[in-house]
Amino acid sequence: MTVAAYPTRWRRPPQIIKDRRWRIAVQIGIVVYLILAIGTVDVNWARVYDGLERGQRFVMGFLQPDFTSRWRDISQGLVESLTMTLTSTVVGVAISVPIGIGAARNLAPPWVYYVCRAIIAVSRALQEVIIAIFFVAMFGFGPFAGFLTLSFATIGFIAKLLADDIEEIDEAQAESIRATGASWLQLVNYAVQPQVMPRLIGLSLYRLDINFRESAVIGIVGAGGIGATLNTAIDRYEYDSAGAVLLIIIAIVMVAEYGSSYLRKFLQ
Amino acid sequence: MLHLEGLSKTYKTGDAALRDVTLTVPEGQIMGLIGPSGAGKSTLIRCINRLVEPTAGKVMLGDVDLVRLGKADLRRQRRRIGMIFQEYALVERLTVMENVLSGRLGYVPFWRSFLRKYPATDIQNAFRLLDRVGLMDKADNRADALSGGQRQRVGIARALAQEPELLLVDEPTASLDPKTSRQIMRLLTEICAERGLPAIVNIHDVPLAQQFMQRIVGLRAGRVVFDGTPDELTHDALTTIYGEEDWNAMRAGDDEQAKAEADARDRIAALAQ
Ligand SMILES: Nc1ncnc2c1ncn2[C@@H]1O[C@H](COP(=O)(O)OP(=O)(O)OP(=O)(O)O)[C@@H](O)[C@H]1O
Ligand SMILES: [Mg+2]
Repeated sequence: MTVAAYPTRWRRPPQIIKDRRWRIAVQIGIVVYLILAIGTVDVNWARVYDGLERGQRFVMGFLQPDFTSRWRDISQGLVESLTMTLTSTVVGVAISVPIGIGAARNLAPPWVYYVCRAIIAVSRALQEVIIAIFFVAMFGFGPFAGFLTLSFATIGFIAKLLADDIEEIDEAQAESIRATGASWLQLVNYAVQPQVMPRLIGLSLYRLDINFRESAVIGIVGAGGIGATLNTAIDRYEYDSAGAVLLIIIAIVMVAEYGSSYLRKFLQ
Repeated sequence: MLHLEGLSKTYKTGDAALRDVTLTVPEGQIMGLIGPSGAGKSTLIRCINRLVEPTAGKVMLGDVDLVRLGKADLRRQRRRIGMIFQEYALVERLTVMENVLSGRLGYVPFWRSFLRKYPATDIQNAFRLLDRVGLMDKADNRADALSGGQRQRVGIARALAQEPELLLVDEPTASLDPKTSRQIMRLLTEICAERGLPAIVNIHDVPLAQQFMQRIVGLRAGRVVFDGTPDELTHDALTTIYGEEDWNAMRAGDDEQAKAEADARDRIAALAQ
């Protein structure tokens, strides 16, 4: 063939629906559905207008944060939140490790596997706020309920990811340790731990970060900490103090972000 | 001494990987196990230390039948069998020394292995082995910082740290270059000779097997089809092990390749115009 005989145009062939007419019909259908669906959302425009003004005051408070007049409340909430975060992460990870090992198919007998996976499923199914409401009802307002909530949520997160990681280890390394006559504990210590440890540390640091943010959320339903302070400030229409709290949360999350990424790099 | 009797293995998938294998490996003998891919070589040596559970038969190491043992007894017996793997199977993130010491896991209680507080004789012995395989200065390196040949030598040291009565070696050189392969095979045979250690060595490379093995067993579709000295491994014997069809298939493959090459030449000539 001469060069001129080759086509100069090429288009990516349609991947899902081959027929052009069908394709257009489906696209129109989607747009019509979206319009109708949005139409059914009930919006009270007068209320939105009122809210805009309040939102504006909120933004103003954010721009002129007041750290001083409620500093005692803020610092107390902050200390509570940080304590809650750290203790719940440590306790949560400590409980997650045995559960994660139990939930790894290649290490645990079937009945242990199912029990541990069930624990994980329950912990993951319940959102932090729901658990917090439950624990606040059981143990009263304050950081203890928050500590329990975050520990419980940490188990679902760390144990699941750890178990999945253990199931994906290099079997050859485990086999070679098994072939020496090692016991089960020695197998876990020599063949599994070295393979999953860096990731476990990374996940724990990440969870520390999440737990701090969650501590602000669950405080709103009464589980103590900086969230409670934030809630009080908003209830009293003290948006300048609320703005201060939000800025502190952002600053701490940013520090945690840089700190944990630095630590992870250092540990690799 | 190792004696296999009527050893069979059928995998859950229905593959009959071993059929009624009976073999004896006497004290101090290095036996090469050859055969085409899928013949059951890896299955055979894994059945011996029960990394794979045999379906039927006996594995007598001395006068213990390994097939009948419970979990705890099996662990105790596994200490007597050192294993060396094709892909080295070192624990990558542990140091070379930890990998060698892991050969002692069957002998020490958990707390010692956990705290890395091994008995002085174990540590001394581990250094002696590292020196023997020429890696004295690498003791504190991480295993993933070594070359293939160095890793395999750590694998050998780990197996020897068990003070085994039998070595199982699964394609020790398949991931190594020809020169390193020879060095590793020489090291293995020397060590076995020094200690009068019997060994079963799976090996793909027939010339290498002939050079280093005292005895060669050929496996085909799970059966022993050859058992003799390297000299007895004639062209005919190789045909029984690897199969006539395979040679023909290879020739057919050659034809196809020749055609493909001719075709490619034509196309390139056309493009050049
Ligand atoms: N875990 C397994 N599950 C099911 N079948 C298996 C398994 N391992 C091996 N087999 C089958 O058993 C047969 C023998 O396999 P084996 O690995 O022992 O062969 P081999 O001689 O070591 O081959 P190669 O030279 O390629 O390593 C093959 O047909 C293989 O498909
Ligand atoms: Mg194999």
